[in-house]
Amino acid sequence: MITSTHYMLLSAALFMIGVVGVMVRRNIIIIFMSIELILNAVNINLIAFSYQLQNVIGQVFAVFVIAVAAAEAAVGLGIILAFYRNKETVNIDEMNLMRW
Amino acid sequence: MAQAIAFYFLAACILGFAVLVVSAKDTVHSVLFLVLDFLFVAALYVLLGAQFLAAIQVLVYAGGIVVLYLFVVMLVNLKRPPEAHVDPHRQGRMGFWLSAAVLIELGAIALWGSASPAPAAAPLPTPMTGNTEQVGWMLYTNYLIPFEIASMLLLVAMIGAIVLAKREL
Amino acid sequence: MNYIWLIPLLPGLGAAVNGLVGIRSFSRRTAGLVACSVMGAALLVSLVAFWQMLGLAPDARGVDVVVAQWIPAIPLATSHGIAGFQVPWGFRLDPLSGMMILIVTGIGTLIHVYSTGYMADEPRAGVARFFCYLNLFCFFMLMLVLGNNFLVMFVGWEGVGLCSYLLIGYWYEKKTAADAGKKAFITNRVGDWGFILGVFLIFVTFGTFDFRAIQNAAAALPVETAHFGVLSVICLLLFVGATGKSAQIPLYVWLPDAMEGPTPVSALIHAATMVTAGVYMLGRNAVLFSHAPMVMEIVAIIGVLTALFAATIGIVQYDIKRVLAYSTVSQLGYMFTAMGVGAFSAGAFHLMTHAFFKALLFLGSGSVIHAMGGEQDMRRMGNLRKYMPVTFATMLIATLAIAGIPPLSGFFSKDEILFRSFVSNKAIWVIAVATAMMTAFYMFRLLGMTFFGAYRGPAWETAGHGAVTVAAAHGVAHPVDAHAHGHAQRPDHEVSHGPADDDAHGHGHGAWHGPHESPASMTFPLQALALGAIIAGFIGVPAALDGSNQIERFLEPSFTASVAASAETPAARAGEAAGGHAAGEAEAAGEHVSRAEELGLMLLSVLVAVGGIVLAQRFYVTRPEISDHLADRFAGAHRLLTNKYYVDELYDATVVSGTFAAGRGLWAVDRNVVDGVVNGTGWLTIISSWFSGLTDRSVVDGLVNLVGWIVQESSHAFRRLQTGLVQNYALLMLFGIFAFVSIYLFVR
Repeated sequence: MITSTHYMLLSAALFMIGVVGVMVRRNIIIIFMSIELILNAVNINLIAFSYQLQNVIGQVFAVFVIAVAAAEAAVGLGIILAFYRNKETVNIDEMNLMRW
Repeated sequence: MAQAIAFYFLAACILGFAVLVVSAKDTVHSVLFLVLDFLFVAALYVLLGAQFLAAIQVLVYAGGIVVLYLFVVMLVNLKRPPEAHVDPHRQGRMGFWLSAAVLIELGAIALWGSASPAPAAAPLPTPMTGNTEQVGWMLYTNYLIPFEIASMLLLVAMIGAIVLAKREL
Repeated sequence: MNYIWLIPLLPGLGAAVNGLVGIRSFSRRTAGLVACSVMGAALLVSLVAFWQMLGLAPDARGVDVVVAQWIPAIPLATSHGIAGFQVPWGFRLDPLSGMMILIVTGIGTLIHVYSTGYMADEPRAGVARFFCYLNLFCFFMLMLVLGNNFLVMFVGWEGVGLCSYLLIGYWYEKKTAADAGKKAFITNRVGDWGFILGVFLIFVTFGTFDFRAIQNAAAALPVETAHFGVLSVICLLLFVGATGKSAQIPLYVWLPDAMEGPTPVSALIHAATMVTAGVYMLGRNAVLFSHAPMVMEIVAIIGVLTALFAATIGIVQYDIKRVLAYSTVSQLGYMFTAMGVGAFSAGAFHLMTHAFFKALLFLGSGSVIHAMGGEQDMRRMGNLRKYMPVTFATMLIATLAIAGIPPLSGFFSKDEILFRSFVSNKAIWVIAVATAMMTAFYMFRLLGMTFFGAYRGPAWETAGHGAVTVAAAHGVAHPVDAHAHGHAQRPDHEVSHGPADDDAHGHGHGAWHGPHESPASMTFPLQALALGAIIAGFIGVPAALDGSNQIERFLEPSFTASVAASAETPAARAGEAAGGHAAGEAEAAGEHVSRAEELGLMLLSVLVAVGGIVLAQRFYVTRPEISDHLADRFAGAHRLLTNKYYVDELYDATVVSGTFAAGRGLWAVDRNVVDGVVNGTGWLTIISSWFSGLTDRSVVDGLVNLVGWIVQESSHAFRRLQTGLVQNYALLMLFGIFAFVSIYLFVR
């Protein structure tokens, strides 16, 4: 019987994979994609609970999450492009102007 | 039974492709794995009875966002390997193991969490029609204002992206 | 008789006029006129008051007149309850004060007249100043004798001391005169210390200052024969004041030095009036003293010792005024002896007769000095009777009186004292008789050296002004030879023509033309006093010579308490021998002396006096070399006497040096301790402020700097977080998530 616990575990695993990707990879585009994974994990969680509680509110929430993710992806990639034009790199280690 | 099999298969795919996304060397490969991941997540949504969300997932995520990523990858035309320079201060290993620890803890919470979700107690007052209609009904009545704000957010993001990506301001 | 307050007031007015206006603008004549006329007026008022008092019954001859309230009633604690400390300006006329005011105003007026002649050579302002002081003195003296309570008397007591100082130091530019004035005042002050303590104790004991009230209260108290009680303490303290004012041992040292003042001053103050204030005070408090027989003994002993002591010094002095000064001390000793053996009226009687002949002696010596152009040393006089017959005659009368030759006044008063001391204490009598012989001796020595023998003084110009230039440099008519103005080598040279007055000198003589008789203004008072010296004795003729001793009966009410005047208590009886010689045997302490014995004593005293006269005649007139011979043989004793037993040196070495040393010591305390404390406090403040500065610098600033250092170092450490690596920041966020999840997991 697939309960919400399973879905929670799945979502947790997907979330932490995304986190690892954010932590480990140096390519900023990969990092952004990992962030998308995180957002997807959250969505899975929401939908799962919506299914379990038989309430459509969770899905509405997930719709908004998707909307926000899209907006964030657009803006973030715009930033990457602007940064790339200045520094000719997508290596996050080289984006360290804010170090002391 | 069938649900269980479907679930486990989809879960395995999702997780597998996610790992591949994170660990692929080539950026384009990473994007492709991401698309597949999104598709499998959509399938999972269908399994959960959220057909509208599955459609939205495919449309927006797999169709829009990933395309965006591909475009950016194309525009970022690197001469040298993108991950060549390693800053000595980074703490990659710690991130990895810390994430593992958090995962374990989350799992523990999920498995042995004391709060059990209540069963479906609040029936919807709306007629039980399709999922899309349900979501739409919610969206346009109770959550109208967040909906409008979200549309404004998208507008602003669009403008911002255009401004950021312009060659000359 | 409510006008008796006029008696002191009139001289007071004269002093005010002369002081405020006279010094500035009066001529010599005007100043003298003002002064003499107020004194004459006071004499008139005194005579009228005295005559009115004589008209009263003997028991009622005490009149109190209160003019105003001085100190309003203040409740103060005494030995028995709270008494009202209230002092009126009260004056009392009774037999004793009546006699005193007559002496003061009478002899005072004569001396004022004399001074107009004597001070004629002084500068104009100085003359006005002199008369101002002289009148002021009479004002205070009359207040002293007329006051009816201790405090009014004390005003006069202090006032006469002040005037004595002012008058002794009249020639204040002369250092010895200024020093003598200071000595007089300070010595008086020492006595006054005892006097004031006595007055305080009187208030504590009796609760009042009024003489009559005290006498009545004391009469009710038992006589302190066995123990030294509070009355004895009071009387002893009062007597200390008397020794200062009346120049007894140990406070007599100022009187010889007081001769620095002008001769009229010596006559009035230091012979007739001020020095008798102590005797008067004793008489005023006769009842008190009668209740303290031990103190009376002390008084008598000190009195007779002083008489002897001063007489021994007087026999070797060469300054004419010094001899008279020591004679005064000696005669005062006689008065105190009389008071001490209980013969209060005898002492007062001797006071009166002594005033006459001592004032006469001083004025006569002033006349001699004036005639000799300022010379005071008897060794440079001699045979002056040829040139100054009037002066000689009057001084002879006075000398016979003081020697105690009947029928002059001195015989009666002195004999009374000798008789009473014989009755009371034989030892005292022996000393008194010896002193009488010495008195006769040195007084006739004075007479012999001055008026008899060969003239030993300087030569003079009979006419011409050859000596004027020398003399006019000092504006002084002095004899032409060189030793005339050696001020430095002749400290007792009476500078009657002071060194400061080079201008406006009215001396009409010019060069000194030798000794001459004084003008009438000076000889008239001499004659008047001589008359007094002759006849004054007849009011005190004792019963042994078939007299009625009127003076004793007259003065008796003053010496007894009015309450006990009629009582038969032994206290009243011991106070005054009622009836004097006529009864003679009524005293508890006296012994029965028959008339024959009394006559024999009188004869003895006369013989003793004659013996002294004969000796003096031999030593100084017929065979003057004997005195020098004796002086060489007994050189040590002679030196001791000439140097006045070195008493002044002793006082200087002990008291004066001690006071100066104490002052220096206190100055050292002030410098070191007081200033040291102040400076030390300043030092402490500086040091403690240095410490707090140190604390502020190191601790406080250190703390502040430490905080800054901590911030700096911690920021130095913390900025390492800003690696610039986004993933490090994300890692930190993950840390936070991990923490929250752990908390959720393990706590919930």
